[in-house]
Amino acid sequence: MSNGTRKLLQGNASCVHGALYAGMRFFAGYPITPSTEIAEVSSRELPRVGGKFIQMEDEIGSIAAIIGASIAGSKVMTGTSGPGYSLMVENIGYAYMSETPVVVVNVQRGGPSTGLPTKVSQSDTQQARWGPHGDYTAIAIAPSTVEDTLTETIRAFNLAERFRTPVTVLLDEVIGHSRAMVKIPEEGEYEIINRVKATSSPEEFEAFEMTPNLISPMPAYGEGYRYNVSGLTHDTHGFPTNRADEIPIKLNKLRDKIMNYVDEITKLRVEFMDDADIAIISYGSVSRTALQAASIARQAGFKVGCIQLCTIWPFPEKEIKALCENCSKIIVGELNMGQIVEEVRKVISDDKEIHTLQRYDSEILTPMQMLEKLEEVL
Amino acid sequence: MTTATKPKQKSDVFHQYLRPKKKFPNVWCPGCGIGIVMGAFIRAIDKLGLSKDEVVLVSGIGCSSRFPVYLDFNSLHTTHGRALPFATGVKFSRPDLKVIVITGDGDALAIGGNHFIHACRRNIDITAILINNHIYGMTGGQGSPTTPSEAFSTTTPYGNVEKHFEPCDLAAAAGASYVARGTVYHAVQLEKAITQAIENRGFSLVEAISNCHTYFGRLNRKGDGLAMIQSFKDRAVPVARAGKMSEEELEDKLVIGKLHTTGATEFCDEYQKVIDAHKEK
Repeated sequence: MSNGTRKLLQGNASCVHGALYAGMRFFAGYPITPSTEIAEVSSRELPRVGGKFIQMEDEIGSIAAIIGASIAGSKVMTGTSGPGYSLMVENIGYAYMSETPVVVVNVQRGGPSTGLPTKVSQSDTQQARWGPHGDYTAIAIAPSTVEDTLTETIRAFNLAERFRTPVTVLLDEVIGHSRAMVKIPEEGEYEIINRVKATSSPEEFEAFEMTPNLISPMPAYGEGYRYNVSGLTHDTHGFPTNRADEIPIKLNKLRDKIMNYVDEITKLRVEFMDDADIAIISYGSVSRTALQAASIARQAGFKVGCIQLCTIWPFPEKEIKALCENCSKIIVGELNMGQIVEEVRKVISDDKEIHTLQRYDSEILTPMQMLEKLEEVL
Repeated sequence: MTTATKPKQKSDVFHQYLRPKKKFPNVWCPGCGIGIVMGAFIRAIDKLGLSKDEVVLVSGIGCSSRFPVYLDFNSLHTTHGRALPFATGVKFSRPDLKVIVITGDGDALAIGGNHFIHACRRNIDITAILINNHIYGMTGGQGSPTTPSEAFSTTTPYGNVEKHFEPCDLAAAAGASYVARGTVYHAVQLEKAITQAIENRGFSLVEAISNCHTYFGRLNRKGDGLAMIQSFKDRAVPVARAGKMSEEELEDKLVIGKLHTTGATEFCDEYQKVIDAHKEK
C-alpha cells in the first residue's frame, strides 16, 4: 500500500499497516475472533514486501515462531484474542526472560474462557500485566481509534525493539472491527527504532551484558556470535545459573531496563483537565465515550476533564497523581469489573471520591451512560 | 605444543565444538546415552563441513534438551514441547541457516505432539533428533508416550496400561520426508543417519534410542547403562533384513536405518515462490 494515501480500513487492518510501516517482516498466527483479520491482512501484505506469514497449529506455536524469527533477526508480530493470549502467556514469559522483541496484539472479547467471541470487552487489562508467571515488568498500550491503532502499533514496535521486550497492544472488538479513513504515513513521517546490533567482536561478546542503559546489543543468529538463549534464569553470558548472586542481577535488569525509562514509555491524552473538578479516566474505545460525554458536560458548564491512558503498563502513577491533584472526584470507566480502578486507588489520596462506571454485558459504554454517571456524582 | 604433531583424535573433533565458556560437567547421569548422540551429531556436522555460524540448535525441556547449551553453535533452549515452533520461526525467517532440533520422547510426543505432526506436515527443512529413552528422566522417571505397555515408571507403579507411540511411524504418516532410527550402540550408523537427515531438504526425523538406566532401567530391571546399550545391539535389525522377517520375528526388535523418504516439496521453498510471484517491484 502506497504511503501518504488515505484508505478506508478496519481497525485490525490498520494495525497491520502500522506494523508494516514499523518494519514487520514476520507474522505467525492462528484464527480467532475478533482478531482474525490481522492474520488475513498479514498473509496478503507480507509477501508483497518480501516478508513471511505462517499460520501455525495453535497460538502456542504462533508466539514460539515469532520469538524464533525475532532472534533470527526479523521484526515480528502476532495477533490474537483472549483465549489465544491465554495460550501464549507461557512463551510471552519466555520472551521476557530471553529479552526478545515481539509485538502481541490482543483484540479483546468477553471472558473468561471462550466467553463472548464477537463482543467487546476490556477484561484482559490485568492479564496484559500479569499473564506469565514470575517477576517481570510489562509494557502494554491501548489505542482508542482505528487511526490511532496504526500509529500506536508503530509505537509498540519501537518500544519492543528499543527495550528488547514483548509489548502487548490491547485492542478491543469495537476498534478491531470499526472502519474509518486512515492515512498511511509517508516514509520518514514517524521515527522507526530498531534493536541495537552488536559491535564487539564475537570473542568479546557477552549476550546479556549489563550495559549502562541495561539494553544488551542483540545480534541475529547467523551473524557470528553463536550465543545461548534460554528461558532458564541465566548469567550475563546466557548460561543457566542457580547462583544467588547472579539471579537478582537478571531479574532487576528485566525491571530496571523499563522502569528507568518509564517517562519515555508513558503516554496520556489529556482533555479539559486544566480547571477540571471531575476527571474521567479511561482507555481504549471507552475514551471516545468519555470525550464526548465531557464535551457535552462542558457545554452545560460542568468542569469535567478526560485522561486517556495510551500506555496502560507501566501504569502512569506519577502523572495520574499530578493531573488529579486539583480534582475532587474521579470516574474510572472501563469494560470490565474494575481492572484499572484499583490501580487508580493505589495512587489517589483518600480525600478524593473515586467512582466507577463499568460495563461487562458485552455492550459499549455510551456517552449517555457516562453523563448519567456524571449527574450521579456531581 | 606436542599435541600439534599428534594425528587428529576423535576427541579433538569433539572438543572443537564444545562451548569454550560453558562450565562443565554436564547434567547427564554417568553412562547416559545422550553424550553418544552428541558425539555422533558433532561428527556429522564436522563431516558435512558446516560452519558453526550457520547451525542453529533448538531444544525444549528435558535431559536431551540440555544438549545445545554445551555446543558452540547458535543455541535456543526453549520451553517444554515448543522447540519445533521456535525452530520453525528461525528457519522460515532465515532459510539459509541449518536448523536442528534436539528433543526427547516426552518433549516431542506428549506436550509437543501437535507441533511435531505439523512440522512433519509442512515438511519444513528442519532436522529433529529425537532421543527416545522411553521415560521422563529429568523429573524423575515418569511414564512418557513411548513407555511400553506394562512397563513401570514412577507414575505407572502397577505397570503402564496405555499404548505407546512409534515416533518414526508417526512422522512418516504426518509427512516427514526423511525418517531414520538408530540407537546409541550404533554410533557410526547414527552419525550417518544424522548426516543424511541434515542433507535432506525437508523435515527429517532421526529417532535415537537411548538408555535411561537411572529410571527406566532400574524400575524395569533392565540393568545398568552398559547392559541397556548391549540390549540395543541384541535387539537391532537393519532395515534391509527386517523386510525379510515376519511380524512375529520382529516382535521386540529395533529396526534401524533409513525407514522412509519422500520427494515432497519444502515449505520455505514453496513460500519463496509466493514472494517471487507477488513481491512489489
